[in-house]
Amino acid sequence: MNIELPSGDLQVVNIGLESFAEDLRSQGVAVVQLDWRPPAGGNARIAALLAALEDDDDDDEL
Amino acid sequence: MPLKTEVITSFYQDSVILMRVAAQARGQPGVREVAMFMGTPANHALLETAGLATPQGRQACPNDLIITVDADDDAVATGAIAAARSALLETRNARRTGSAFLPRTIDSALRTMPAANLVSLSIPGAYVRVEAMSALRRGLHLFIFSDNVPLADEIAIKREALQRGLLCMGPDQGTAYLGGVGLGFANVVARGRVGCVAASGTGLQAVVCRLDALGEGISHAIGVGGRDLSAAVGGLMSLAALEALAADALTEAIVLISKPPHASVLGPLEARLAEIDKPNVVCCIGAPPRRTGRTVWVETLDEAADAVVALLAARPWTPAAGHEPAQAAARRLAGGGERPYGRQIVGLYTGGTLAYETRHLLAAALGDDHGHRILDLGDDEYTVGRPHPMIDPGVRNRLIAEAGSDPSVGVLLLDLVLGKGAHDNPAEPLAAAVHEARRAAAQDGRQLAALACILGTASDPQGLETQAAQLRAAGIEILPTNADMARCAALLAGSDRRVS
Amino acid sequence: MSTSIKRANQEAIRRIEEGNAMWVDLRLAREVVPGMDEHTVFHAGPPVAWRNMCGPMRGAIIGASMFEGWARTPDEAIAIAESGKLKFDSSHHHRAIGPMSGIITPSMQVNVVRNERFGIDTCSTLYMGTGKVLRHGAYDETVMAKLRWMNHELAPLLRLALHDAGGIDLMAIAAQALQMGDELHNRNKASNPLLITKLAPHLVKVGERDKVIEALRFIDNAGHFILNMVMAGCKGILDAASGIPGSTIVTTIARNGYQTGIRVSGTGDQWFTAPAPVIKGVFFPGFGPEDANPDMGDSAITETMGLGSLAMAGAPAVVQYVGGTPEFAVETTMNMYEITVAEHKTLKMPTLNFRGTPLGIDIRKVLETGVTPVINTGISCKRAGVGQIGAGLTAVPIECFEKAIEAFAATRGVSVD
Repeated sequence: MNIELPSGDLQVVNIGLESFAEDLRSQGVAVVQLDWRPPAGGNARIAALLAALEDDDDDDEL
Repeated sequence: MPLKTEVITSFYQDSVILMRVAAQARGQPGVREVAMFMGTPANHALLETAGLATPQGRQACPNDLIITVDADDDAVATGAIAAARSALLETRNARRTGSAFLPRTIDSALRTMPAANLVSLSIPGAYVRVEAMSALRRGLHLFIFSDNVPLADEIAIKREALQRGLLCMGPDQGTAYLGGVGLGFANVVARGRVGCVAASGTGLQAVVCRLDALGEGISHAIGVGGRDLSAAVGGLMSLAALEALAADALTEAIVLISKPPHASVLGPLEARLAEIDKPNVVCCIGAPPRRTGRTVWVETLDEAADAVVALLAARPWTPAAGHEPAQAAARRLAGGGERPYGRQIVGLYTGGTLAYETRHLLAAALGDDHGHRILDLGDDEYTVGRPHPMIDPGVRNRLIAEAGSDPSVGVLLLDLVLGKGAHDNPAEPLAAAVHEARRAAAQDGRQLAALACILGTASDPQGLETQAAQLRAAGIEILPTNADMARCAALLAGSDRRVS
Repeated sequence: MSTSIKRANQEAIRRIEEGNAMWVDLRLAREVVPGMDEHTVFHAGPPVAWRNMCGPMRGAIIGASMFEGWARTPDEAIAIAESGKLKFDSSHHHRAIGPMSGIITPSMQVNVVRNERFGIDTCSTLYMGTGKVLRHGAYDETVMAKLRWMNHELAPLLRLALHDAGGIDLMAIAAQALQMGDELHNRNKASNPLLITKLAPHLVKVGERDKVIEALRFIDNAGHFILNMVMAGCKGILDAASGIPGSTIVTTIARNGYQTGIRVSGTGDQWFTAPAPVIKGVFFPGFGPEDANPDMGDSAITETMGLGSLAMAGAPAVVQYVGGTPEFAVETTMNMYEITVAEHKTLKMPTLNFRGTPLGIDIRKVLETGVTPVINTGISCKRAGVGQIGAGLTAVPIECFEKAIEAFAATRGVSVD
């Protein structure tokens, strides 16, 4: 499928370095900073199960 | 010592606040028991049972607060009651300004920003895949700054992204631009008509800075990560990005920047380039210059910018023959003073692609076994447990000092990267370190030449001119581009000035 | 092709939002609680054997046994329990529910609450008040006298009034009270008076003046009289959303003083348990952590439905229970949004710009974020016969959710081995 470059304003979810969120805000970009930590408290098995049980947004209620 | 009671009339408090404050008061030295209760019948009965009822307390009505203390002496009891009372008032008056609440998951973030269209990831590489897939499933493009993402994860993410028509810019992508917004370590550059596809961060920075200086601007600069043109990844994102820019109304010319692609990727790449109906330039650093249809292949980063400017002006372009800036600088440096230079060139780079370009140019000029040391200080071996050298000058400063006291070192090559995300005054620590190293060398009877190129624009927050001035004040020779700097160094290395 | 988890969860939320809770009747447990035979004792939390029951639960069973006439003394009651003559089970398996030890026996009067849309009736006993009460394991003569009065005098009167009223809409009261600073679990300063307001005219109509005054005073002094029917209402609403294949929504959180258990829609009636945690709290004079019983009670059903600590942002006063400011209340609710899939359409908090409370705890989100549902709760003395000794905060152990995700993954044929 061809890539559709985002039209309109960039609105960013920043996961990781907070300085990146600040840099984006200084450019007038709307940013939400995530309070991220490793999923499942770092438990690899549970994290793997969770990854396998994720929602798919294509699958929306009509 | 008998019990001491104070009754505060018409002072209703929830019973458990009272318990909490009583617990605090109980902790004071000399205090044996503290009872704090509203004067309800049930509480009166409770106090009787606990042996804490007093004549004064018994007078209290349900809306009155009874504070009864059992303490070593009257002073202690009075103090405890006073402390309890002020704690209650404090609780009542407590006001704190709310701190911003940060969501913990992408879903939660989307509740506050339903129109989000990009997720920027700079978390440890092992965790990137889960978050990236989550983002893609929600229809969001990706900018992945994280490195150490397993190769299999990169491939899976890119396949998923392409299936959904979304960008995966990275992994290990330091810089990108979308719709005029700089992501990661980004210089402030003009918006314009040149679209870039970059398998590199500082390579992209070098090209867009030079374009800005030449009066052009960027439509988008799509990072694809350093491994995209490898055999395993097969150029997945590069090919898709070229197609997207070819279709983009704002883009009138395209530049592709990377190290040489794997042989298996070259064919599909050339085929995709041939389909592009706009002038395009490819800088696969070190690839020999050539022309195929509308595509111009160049050898160095500065030539990429020069070539696309020429193409946009419908002027023909060929690689420069003379390299005048490099020669002039080499003459200046080699011509002065009797103190000898050490033989070795040491490149201390914060930008990996610039280091790569220099290695290529030195090998081309001096042969593969030239023995000079060109270091990429962003490499893992220098950055374990430390911030990137574009932010933290510590490692480079140490290596500059070592060079200063090393008689075999004659020339230092340095890049100074400006822009968002970089150090807010990188020239200051660099100039100081170089000044000191040159002084140490001079004291030892040697010359130490320091060359630098600045990756920045006139609009960058650090201030291009003030940065340059600081470098010059430390005796650093500034070259206009990294290629000029490398060529100057090659000329110096070829000179006869050696340590005996 | 099985339904996606997302759609299954959407179905669960839809059912929860379509449900209602009408308090319609007061009846003897033996007449309306399914499976309530003679010598039957239903309790709070997941199933637990007598030998593992904590002090307060045993105390409540002792009191109930004497109330039933199965024993004349506490020692006799203990002997009967140990003999195996009594049949024990989770109230939750029998459309019933109760706070703290949650003990229900055949001769007790129970509220009947109806989820009309789905035809589900649930039951709970009458709330006795605070301090030295049956559910906290006290069984002295004052407790027994109260128990008898409530069941023999109060209940019949309330029943007549309730029938005269044609039932009382509990979720309507909840929605109103939420906008008056209540969270319907530990803070009922508005909801309880609202219940009284609804009942009062009918009580006056059907009852003798002195009895009516006595009843009104009792309900008022009890403070949380409405809690037991609200709990039944929440259970009825959540039971309708149980058993949806592929849904990861929590339908039950319940504790028995020995273990905490959860149930998940997609895995039906299966319990996922872990040792009941200790409660961090404040204590009445003369008591301390060494006296405290671990977490107990079915009242976390309110949290399961987006009330209680999930709605704390709307109940700033209750947050002072655990030492803090209104900001802590907001923080708690905001954390709960991280682990839920939806927001209530009708239960809203003015303090958060009328945002709906977090609804639908998703076991996946709990594990992903490490945020587990928080519960405000009373603390019982671990020794039978004493009663409540404090209050505090606790959380559902992450182990419950880990077990749940493994079982759920198996239903989807998903494995990572």
